[in-house]
Amino acid sequence: MHTFLFYLPFLLFFVLVAVYGERKIAAFIQSRFGPMDVGPKGIFQTLADLLKMIQKEDIVPNAADKPIFLLGPILFFTVIFAGFSMLPLNSNMAGAAIESGVLLLMAVVSLDVLGILMAGWGSNNKFSLFGAVRAIAQIVSFEIPLGLSVLCVVMICQSMDLQEITRQQGLYTTDPIFLFGLKGMGIEVTQMGGLLSWNVVKSPLLLFSFLIFFIAGLAEANRAPFDLPESESELVGGYHTEYSGFRWGIFMLAEYGIMLLISFLAVILFFGGWNTPFFNMGSFQWAHWTMGSYWEVFWLLFKTYILVFVQMWIRWTYPRLRVDQLMTLSWKYLTPFGLLLVFLCGIWKLMML
Amino acid sequence: MWNLETHDALIKYFSNITHFVQTLSNGLKLTLKHLWESRTERDPMGIADEDYFLKDKGIATLQYPKESLPVPDHGRYKLHNEIDDCIVCDLCVKVCPVNCIEIEPIRATDIIGKTSDGTNKRIHAAKFDIDMSKCCFCGLCTTVCPTECLTMTKSYDFSTFDRADHVYEFAEMTPLQILEAKQAFEEKQKAKPTASAQSMKSSRDKVVFKPIMIKSKLPKKKDE
Repeated sequence: MHTFLFYLPFLLFFVLVAVYGERKIAAFIQSRFGPMDVGPKGIFQTLADLLKMIQKEDIVPNAADKPIFLLGPILFFTVIFAGFSMLPLNSNMAGAAIESGVLLLMAVVSLDVLGILMAGWGSNNKFSLFGAVRAIAQIVSFEIPLGLSVLCVVMICQSMDLQEITRQQGLYTTDPIFLFGLKGMGIEVTQMGGLLSWNVVKSPLLLFSFLIFFIAGLAEANRAPFDLPESESELVGGYHTEYSGFRWGIFMLAEYGIMLLISFLAVILFFGGWNTPFFNMGSFQWAHWTMGSYWEVFWLLFKTYILVFVQMWIRWTYPRLRVDQLMTLSWKYLTPFGLLLVFLCGIWKLMML
Repeated sequence: MWNLETHDALIKYFSNITHFVQTLSNGLKLTLKHLWESRTERDPMGIADEDYFLKDKGIATLQYPKESLPVPDHGRYKLHNEIDDCIVCDLCVKVCPVNCIEIEPIRATDIIGKTSDGTNKRIHAAKFDIDMSKCCFCGLCTTVCPTECLTMTKSYDFSTFDRADHVYEFAEMTPLQILEAKQAFEEKQKAKPTASAQSMKSSRDKVVFKPIMIKSKLPKKKDE
């Protein structure tokens, strides 16, 4: 319950920082300065933009389907924000105590399609509709590799509770952990904790699962190179073409929200959640020294920020995929490999027992 | 089921994957390199600087109003006329391809001064306007200027809110001086009407040219 209270203000703050950060990263990648005028090095640029945005008129087009048009962005954000309720923050602060947390999270995140469709359809605009239809095709297809890669983790961890999955990847685990999960090798690292207990090390195949998860997650979040639903060079603004002012801001908030959610989920499922990366070595008890309520929050957010940075880095590196390339990637490459990985992870789990 | 086509398709499938991995990682490396190099930025240095071509890394943006590139002293931007050296010969007006220079000359009664290179000034410049919004920066006027009073300067930032402000006036004569100069000129003209008429007449007498038809001695082409 307390965790949820942390995440709403955190999300709002994160969006402020992330928009600025994204603009700066984009600028530096392109050898530019980015925002420089508002405040020192332009750090208040997002704040100024926000102020401008909330002063703008909330325009509803005459031909739009009014209730759907108005409800769309709110549903979009609500759904994504509901996803945050399941996330743990540290070893004491779990999210909502749901046994099937991962499943619920996936289900809730898939619902954002509904918000996008409502926005695109309600706008009564061909660009919006194209954007919405593309978003649906994209999100529905990428659900499958995303689900398969999450399934690998669930098989390895034998749990769907996010807090339980995190606890297994560190010092607080109840089961013994062996190096690379191989019991036959007989090297126990339970007391060492840190990096060695993370899922990607415990079962190295999960690194490939993570790649699939991350690619599918980018597509779920409508981030470049999968930003076809809002590709501004083709569709003006995609499903949020007709929105203005604060309602448009909600879309922005939701987009950065899902970006953050995907990163959180990746960290929790693959990279040890709030567990420290340092491990104990002899008298240097690094893992114990860097664990504690605040340290755990720090590690979770730090790792998440790294993944958010990677998302931005990818966005400013790759050009947008074509629709057929998008579908090819999902159905011909990610899905078969996802299935293969589920199979291999099953075998790996047998070796872990 | 297993035939050559399946074989080729499979090879293409897996070579696609290796191709993806290679190209995608190359792209990421490239952008990360740029991100890293953005720690430094280019100093505003001109082409004359020795290191000009060496600084190809880092942020390339020049934050223009706050910093600007040095311009060579002989930059070809805004026109400037040193009116004290101008003999109002009107050459620049004649050569200007876009007619951006406007001159109103008043012939003086006598030599009114000397330019800095010693040429006698015989004509008042009542008006010497250059419309920089018409100027095409070809520099022809500066080449023809006999006293080198018309030059292009290195000042290039002279945007204004009103287009009329782009007309630069170089003449320094007050309306009273213009009036006096005109009157002086007219009085002198009145004083010598006959002289000029006589000279014109005498010159007319000297004209002896007469077109002479030279008949072609070539045989004409016969029609057949």
